[in-house]
Amino acid sequence: MNFTEILRFALRGIGANKLRSMLTVLGILIGVAAVILLVAVGNGSAQAIASRIEALGTNTLTVMSTSRGSGGLTMRIAESLDDGEIAPDVRSVSPVVSTSATLTYEGAEHEISSFVGTTPSWFAASNFPVADGAVFTADDEAQARRVVVIGQTVAEELFPGVDPVGRQVTVGGALFTVTGVLKEKSSAGFQDANDTAVAPISAVRQVLAGYGSLSSVLVEAASPAMVDTVQAEISTILDHRLESGAYRVQNASQLLETQTETAGTFTTLLGAVAAISLLVGGIGITNIMLVTVTERTREIGIRKALGAPRRVILTQFLIEATLLSVIGGGLGVAAAVIGSRFSIVGVQPVIVPSSVALALGVSVLIGLFFGGLPAARAARLRPIDALRYE
Amino acid sequence: MGRPVLDVRELTKVYGEGDTEIRALDGVSLQVEPGEYVAVMGSSGSGKSTLMNILGCLDVPTTGTYLLDGVDVGSLSDAQLALARNRLIGFVFQAFNLIPRTSAVANVELPLAYAGMKAAERRRRAMFSLDLVGLADRAEHEPNQLSGGQQQRVAVARALVTEPALLLADEPTGNLDSHATDEVLAVLDELNAVGRTIVLITHEDEVGARAGRLIRLFDGRVTSDSRQEPSGRHAVVGV
Repeated sequence: MNFTEILRFALRGIGANKLRSMLTVLGILIGVAAVILLVAVGNGSAQAIASRIEALGTNTLTVMSTSRGSGGLTMRIAESLDDGEIAPDVRSVSPVVSTSATLTYEGAEHEISSFVGTTPSWFAASNFPVADGAVFTADDEAQARRVVVIGQTVAEELFPGVDPVGRQVTVGGALFTVTGVLKEKSSAGFQDANDTAVAPISAVRQVLAGYGSLSSVLVEAASPAMVDTVQAEISTILDHRLESGAYRVQNASQLLETQTETAGTFTTLLGAVAAISLLVGGIGITNIMLVTVTERTREIGIRKALGAPRRVILTQFLIEATLLSVIGGGLGVAAAVIGSRFSIVGVQPVIVPSSVALALGVSVLIGLFFGGLPAARAARLRPIDALRYE
Repeated sequence: MGRPVLDVRELTKVYGEGDTEIRALDGVSLQVEPGEYVAVMGSSGSGKSTLMNILGCLDVPTTGTYLLDGVDVGSLSDAQLALARNRLIGFVFQAFNLIPRTSAVANVELPLAYAGMKAAERRRRAMFSLDLVGLADRAEHEPNQLSGGQQQRVAVARALVTEPALLLADEPTGNLDSHATDEVLAVLDELNAVGRTIVLITHEDEVGARAGRLIRLFDGRVTSDSRQEPSGRHAVVGV
């Protein structure tokens, strides 16, 4: 008996038990699709976080004050960081004050949570160029001119269908002239990075924030590789000027690392949930396969009594189990691929190839094992024992 | 009459061990010549089913030898046994044992498929065999769409299709009503009339009376072995 003949037998066997075949396929399908999709969601959120942090620029350090009130960061401290002698690898230093403010333009109001006051070097350091118009200049900063660069969200809210450049908005009772609109920045996640406005620090302090301590200082290193060196350099300066523990230096690559770790934990968690669903799916497959053993064993007894060699019986049942597992697995992968095109709970899933291989491998193995093993056992029985099997 | 189709010598079959030991067969010897129609009778527990299973190569004896068409079955490998079941024996079961949810003709084709025959030739022979039992018009029906008598006739067609040297029937009418019993027995009579060797077991006297030779078993031993005038021949002529 040749292979195509046995294959035809297996297909007939699958077709003869449509409900059972469908349930088996469904069990494998759900198991595979769940694993792939859940891991993809975890991976997708991890990638979203990573791209957000990379957009901040990986060669910057943020110095923040840990104590409130006196002894915080001052302009003087910020200036002292830009020291070619002690800190030669620092490219730029941008002091930052950040406050919430309400912008009004011709009766339209828009509240933003981060109205940033800084120096022109901030735009390059934070990787946030303008799309339209121009950034303010060092001269604007020195003269405390009331100019502002707004984010895309602000532009859409206050100036629908109008070019905002050159128009004047009211902030905290003072008029600011819009000189530019920032380029749109990806912000998958918690806060809208485009809902911001940036103005010269001198003007912001005058109008809004007052002359208290700075919110933070953004330090740009000469290259991403120099970040750790720069951190050591500015720590030397800061330790001299401030009490130790009064400040904190956050480094974008560290931040990236922490966030990636968090996302990794998230992926592992989802993976565990997925593994459980695979297990449950596997138990479902096992159950269906085992329930049908009695019927199949009798059938094997009949086939043996008619003169079927053991090899032929084994091949037939293994092909049946393989086909069901592979069809179920394939449909599961297809379902996962289709599912990953939609965003799930705000996350765009990104499929991890190894999860496809793992899910497919495990479910196919379960199908093969629990489909093939009882058949192998029955094929070894004497025909009379197989016929009498209860 | 030449070489016997079936030649068993001092066959024993023991189930269990020690105190629970049961000797289902206790030294059975018999020969069946080609063309014979043999009925094995005996009450339940007499060992007739055990004998049948051994004759059909479905079970193995504890001791004794069994020559099927001159070949010692005990010396055959698993693959050779499969071949013997396929080529030499046609087995009809009390419980029909058709493959469920599979058409009558596909059931009949099965032994030919295991013999490695091409699909077209297989189908032709299966239809011929179904025609022989009068069920050619039911070829595409599945077992659950057929009556008990029809199912058993499909089973007989399946047993015949390889043209085996020996047709074994284990209580073929045990699950059938009197009308269906007549249908199946008429088919067997007809087959014997064209020279097929048939061994069937039964506990019904009227079934045993159709055979040309009657063997009675009691407690695993042959108690009588007699030739008789079969009662079914006249009925066949009338069909």
